[in-house]
Amino acid sequence: MSQTAEAHAPRSRSLPAPRVLLEKATGLGLVAILGLWLVVQLVRTPERFAGALVEGVNVGAIYALIALGYTLVYGIIELINFSHGDLFMLSTVLGAFVVITVFGATSPTLGGFGVLALGLVVTMTLAATVNVAAERLAYRRLRKAPKLAPLITAVGLSFVYQWGGVRTNGSGQKTWDSLLGDSGFTVAGISVPWSMVLVTGVTIPLLMLMMWIVQNTRQGKAMRATAQDQDAARLMGIDVDRTIAFTFAVGGALAGAAGVLYLQTVENTRWDAGFRLGLYAFTAAVLGGIGRLDGAVLGGFLIGIIQNLNDSGMLPFGQKWSQTVVFTILIMLMVFRPEGLLGRPTTEKV
Amino acid sequence: MSATTDDRPELRVRDREVLLSVTDLYVHYGNIAAVKGVTLAVGTGEIVTLIGSNGAGKSTTLRTISGLIRPRRGDVVYRGSSIAALPGHRIVAAGICHSPEGRRIFPRMTVRENLDLGAYLRRDAAGVTADLDRVLDLFPRLKERIDQKAGTLSGGEQQMLAVGRALMGDPTLLLLDEPSMGLAPVLVDLIFDTIRTIRDQGTTVLLVEQNALAALRVADYAYVLESGTLKLEGPARDLAKDEEVTRAYLGG
Ligand SMILES: Nc1ncnc2c1ncn2[C@@H]1O[C@H](COP(=O)(O)OP(=O)(O)O)[C@@H](O)[C@H]1O
Ligand SMILES: [Mg+2]
Repeated sequence: MSQTAEAHAPRSRSLPAPRVLLEKATGLGLVAILGLWLVVQLVRTPERFAGALVEGVNVGAIYALIALGYTLVYGIIELINFSHGDLFMLSTVLGAFVVITVFGATSPTLGGFGVLALGLVVTMTLAATVNVAAERLAYRRLRKAPKLAPLITAVGLSFVYQWGGVRTNGSGQKTWDSLLGDSGFTVAGISVPWSMVLVTGVTIPLLMLMMWIVQNTRQGKAMRATAQDQDAARLMGIDVDRTIAFTFAVGGALAGAAGVLYLQTVENTRWDAGFRLGLYAFTAAVLGGIGRLDGAVLGGFLIGIIQNLNDSGMLPFGQKWSQTVVFTILIMLMVFRPEGLLGRPTTEKV
Repeated sequence: MSATTDDRPELRVRDREVLLSVTDLYVHYGNIAAVKGVTLAVGTGEIVTLIGSNGAGKSTTLRTISGLIRPRRGDVVYRGSSIAALPGHRIVAAGICHSPEGRRIFPRMTVRENLDLGAYLRRDAAGVTADLDRVLDLFPRLKERIDQKAGTLSGGEQQMLAVGRALMGDPTLLLLDEPSMGLAPVLVDLIFDTIRTIRDQGTTVLLVEQNALAALRVADYAYVLESGTLKLEGPARDLAKDEEVTRAYLGG
C-alpha cells in the first residue's frame, strides 16, 4: 500500500451523491420543522416550556450517567452491555435499602444528606464490584469468542439481575420516600424542584471527574490506548486486563450513582425499571455517538429534554407518544447519521 | 541475574553475554504451526536480524518474545530468567520494547501522546524528557508534527513514530518488525542508519526484515527462517555472500 494513499484517504472528501444530499435535506427539514414548532410553543407558554426543560435536564442527567456505562464498555471492548440497565435497577433497590431501610433517611436534614452521601458511596462501590465481577467471570473469557457470545451473555446477566431485583424488591412496584419530596422553589415563574438541584449537583461533578480521569490520568491514558489497540497497549506496558476491569468499575459506579439519584426524584422502583431506562440510556449513547464520552452526556440530556418537552405538550404528539418519539429519533439518526452526533463518520471506536 | 558475571559457555554467544535466548520454540495459531522449533540467541550490544520470506514465522517469533502469544513448547530466556509465561506488560517492564509489524501507532492520539505512552511504565521524569529529546533528534520530522494526530501522518512518519515510541521505553532489547516496510528508498536508508545509531547508543536490537539485503548490511549476525524453522544462520557479512541466501532472498 502506498504511504500517501494511506495517510490521506480517510480525510479526502468527494462530492456527495444526489441521494445523500436529498437524505440530508430531508433530515434537516424535519429537524427544522420540529425546531420551529418548539419556538412557537416557547413564545406561547414560556413557563411550561421552561418547566419541561428543567424536568428534562433532571432525568437527562440520570440518562447520561447510565449512557456512560454503555459507551465506556463499548468503547473499550466493543460490547453492547445489555445488562447495564438492570445493574442500574439493582442500584435503585440497593440505594433504597441503605438510605431508607437501614438508616430511615427520608427528610432533608443534615443527617439525611449524610446518609444519602453514604448511600451513594456504598451503592457506587457495590455496583462497580458487580460490574467488575461480571467482566472477570463472564466477559473476559469471551473476549476472543465471536461477538454474539458476550452479547448473549449480557442478555443472560440481565435476567440474573432482574431476578435479583424481584428477590429483593418484590414483583410489584415499591414506593420509597425521597429526602426532598415535592419541595422546590420558583424563579421567574418557573418552579424548580429541589431534587433537581440535588441530581444535577451530584451528576455534573461526577461527569467532570470522569472526563478528567479519562483525559488526564495515567489510568485514563491506558483506557484510551486499550480502546484503540489492545496489543499495541500491551507493548506499551499497559496491563490490559486491569484497564478493562477499571473501565467496568467506572461504568458500574456511575450506574450506582444513577440508581440512588433516580430514587430521589422518581420515588419508586420495580424489577423491570432497568429495561426502559436502559433502553433510553442506550439510545442516548448511540445518539451522541457510541464510544464517545461527551456524546453519551449530550445524548442523555437531549433525550431527557425531548421526552419532557413531549410529555408536557410542547411537541405535537402527546404524552402517550413519548417513547415512540424517542425511538423514532433513534431510527432517524441511524438512517441519516449512523455514527451519532459527535461520532466520527467511520466504524472506529472511542 | 547472576548471568552477568557467569561465563559458562551456554551463557555466552559470539564472545558476548547472552541477553535473550529462544530455545526450541513452537507457536501455533489454533492447529496451525507458525513456528516449529526455532532456537536463537542475541548477545548484549549486537544487532541480530531474523530474515525470511513472507509467512516464515518472523513476526510470530517476535510476538512470542513480547508475550502477545504463548508458545506451545520451548522457552524464552531473558537475562537468565524465563519470560515465556509472563504477561506482555511485565515483559516491557523487564526492558524489552517492540515496534510491531504494521506500526500499530494510536491513530487518534497525537504524536506526543504516542511517545508518552511509550514511556508508560517509567517513573524517571528527567530520563523520559531526555529520551524524548533524543527521539526527536533521531527523527526531526516527528518534532514538526508533535501535536498532530498520529493517524494523519504519512506511512514513513508513522514508522518513525513506531520506532520512536518503542525507544521511549528505554529498552535494553529493542524488537523491530519490518521497520522499512512500505517506505521510500531514502527513508529506508534513514531507518537503517538510525538502527545503527540506536545500537551505538547502547541498545541491543533484534531486527525482523523482509528486506534481507539491507538487514544483512546493518546486522552483526543473522538467522534465516523458512516455514517456521531455521534454515541457516551465521555472521551477517558471510550470509550476504552466501550463494544460497543470495539466490533465495536477495534476488541474486
Ligand atoms: N493471527 C493469526 N492467525 C492465524 N494464522 C496466523 C496469524 N498470524 C500469522 N499466521 C500465520 O502464521 C504464519 C507465520 O506468520 P508470521 O509470523 O506473520 O510470518 P512473517 O512475519 O514471517 O511474515 C503464516 O503462515 C501466517 O499465515
Ligand atoms: Mg511479519
